[in-house]
Amino acid sequence: MAEIKPIKHDKIAAEVRCNVLDMICRTKGPHIGPCYSCVDLLVGLYFGGMNVSPENPEDPGRDRFIFSKGHASPALYAVLHRRGFLTAADLDGFAVNGGTLQQHPDRNVKKGIEVSTGSLGHGPSLGAGMAYAIKKDKSSARVFVLISDGELDEGSTWEALLFAGHHRLDNLILIVDYNRMHALGPSKYTLDLDPLADKFIAFNWGVKTINGHSFKAINKTLAGLPFAKNKPSVIVAETVKGKNVSFMENNLRWHYCCPDEAERACACRELEGGKKK
Amino acid sequence: MRKAFYEKMANIAATDRNVYFLTANLGYKFFDEIRSSCPDQFLDVGVAEQNMIGLASGMALCGKSVYCYSIIPFLTLRACEQVRVDVCYHNLPVKLVGMGAGFTYGQEGFTHFGIEDMAVMRSMPGMTVVVPDTIENAVRVAELSVDFKAPLYIRLGLAGIHGAGNKATLKAIGKAAVLRQGKDCALIAIGNMVAVAAQAAENLAAKGIGTSVINMHTLKPLDEAAVLACAKKYRFIFTLEEHSLQGGLGSAVAEVLAESGFGGKFERIAIPEKLDPVIGDADYLWDHYGLSPDKVTKRLLNAIKKYQDR
Repeated sequence: MAEIKPIKHDKIAAEVRCNVLDMICRTKGPHIGPCYSCVDLLVGLYFGGMNVSPENPEDPGRDRFIFSKGHASPALYAVLHRRGFLTAADLDGFAVNGGTLQQHPDRNVKKGIEVSTGSLGHGPSLGAGMAYAIKKDKSSARVFVLISDGELDEGSTWEALLFAGHHRLDNLILIVDYNRMHALGPSKYTLDLDPLADKFIAFNWGVKTINGHSFKAINKTLAGLPFAKNKPSVIVAETVKGKNVSFMENNLRWHYCCPDEAERACACRELEGGKKK
Repeated sequence: MRKAFYEKMANIAATDRNVYFLTANLGYKFFDEIRSSCPDQFLDVGVAEQNMIGLASGMALCGKSVYCYSIIPFLTLRACEQVRVDVCYHNLPVKLVGMGAGFTYGQEGFTHFGIEDMAVMRSMPGMTVVVPDTIENAVRVAELSVDFKAPLYIRLGLAGIHGAGNKATLKAIGKAAVLRQGKDCALIAIGNMVAVAAQAAENLAAKGIGTSVINMHTLKPLDEAAVLACAKKYRFIFTLEEHSLQGGLGSAVAEVLAESGFGGKFERIAIPEKLDPVIGDADYLWDHYGLSPDKVTKRLLNAIKKYQDR
């Protein structure tokens, strides 16, 4: 794969954020904040981090990606579009009557969507099952699962973490979009997840905590997988809900609300600045 | 029944390396053969039913044919949403093998009763629900399940009984088997209750009442033609199941009868929603709740008499 410079990642991420803003404003939909916290991680994964290709989407040797935090689908769709899996027409049909893409992703491998998600806490088990089967087939493919921090409240998530550690699934990579904001307030006040990295260590995972908005950190981390021999890897990505739109950052309102015209124009100005970098 | 089912599955696993067996840490002894002949295809996931269903779905997405075993309420209710989304929404060849139909686990009590599962599994999109009644039919279901390419729920009971002549009456999933022909009424039964129905029919015959016994081993898709044939032929139709009155065989048959314009007498014989504080084995509880051959015989006699006297 051709080397992609970090500067390009920033530019792609800014374009993706603009696409997301369009999709959400057009459909008056929710979840722009959770989209913006994981955009950079998705761009890192799809542009160099994972072995996937829109030219050969069903390649049995491809890396598998499970977008467990399905409610942030506009971010996934916009990245899949930038990577060539989805067309502009696909994005135009997002969340409209008779459209193409619903608010929670539906499995469509040809379009780069491996698994239907939307109910939290399913991705880690599905990913562990895939990683287990892939190992049985002696394939070198890896399975990446991106989860929200809220999904760490679900018991099923910890069942899967225990399983993956026990079975030494070093082809499984979990990425936590640790934006520290649940759906009704800060994680710290809902269910405090800290110390988070220690929990994974105790479950026999290899752990790295990174800045989830730094492409330098994201790319370096994805290039260094797995973190430990015979252990699944988890990237605790410190992120910010609503990242890169100043008035959205760390503001719960943007888990739900859709920007009005003035807010949209303001967000657009800030994001356009990122594109020119 | 369970033992025979898994012995058959062990044979199948030996010839098809793509088949996997998952258990949520239950089934002591029953997996011995699979574990010794195909250890790579067996996986005890621990006491974690939700994870088991998610794992199975992930494996199925990678081309595996996966069986999941646990006691019925843990398999079908604890992991219900994983079944709905991971298995059914993706339409995956994951086979759920639930043990403990109805009161199979008798004295173990309410937590272990399988009495809502048929209603819940019947409502799952694309799920097929099969309930074998004899050892031979359980083996037949094992055979049929291998090439089944969609979600399948296999409900097992403890019944260690053999079919007549040690032969399977279950020919195909979705096709009811008529075990006995009678002129007066039809008794449609499922699972452990098929043998009870056969005994009740025998008792009724001694009183001059001819009863057709239909083994409705497939709850979904229901053999509607078999139900409609009963509606055409009989004034009295009864269903008999070791399951709650809500949403099981009785409900499924009632739906077909109501839409068919059936004008005769129809009654569901099943377990009431509210259980009594009674302790006992399956036979004891069957009798308590009116599911023993004698109680079923009386119930049918009363229903027929009352209707005729009107």
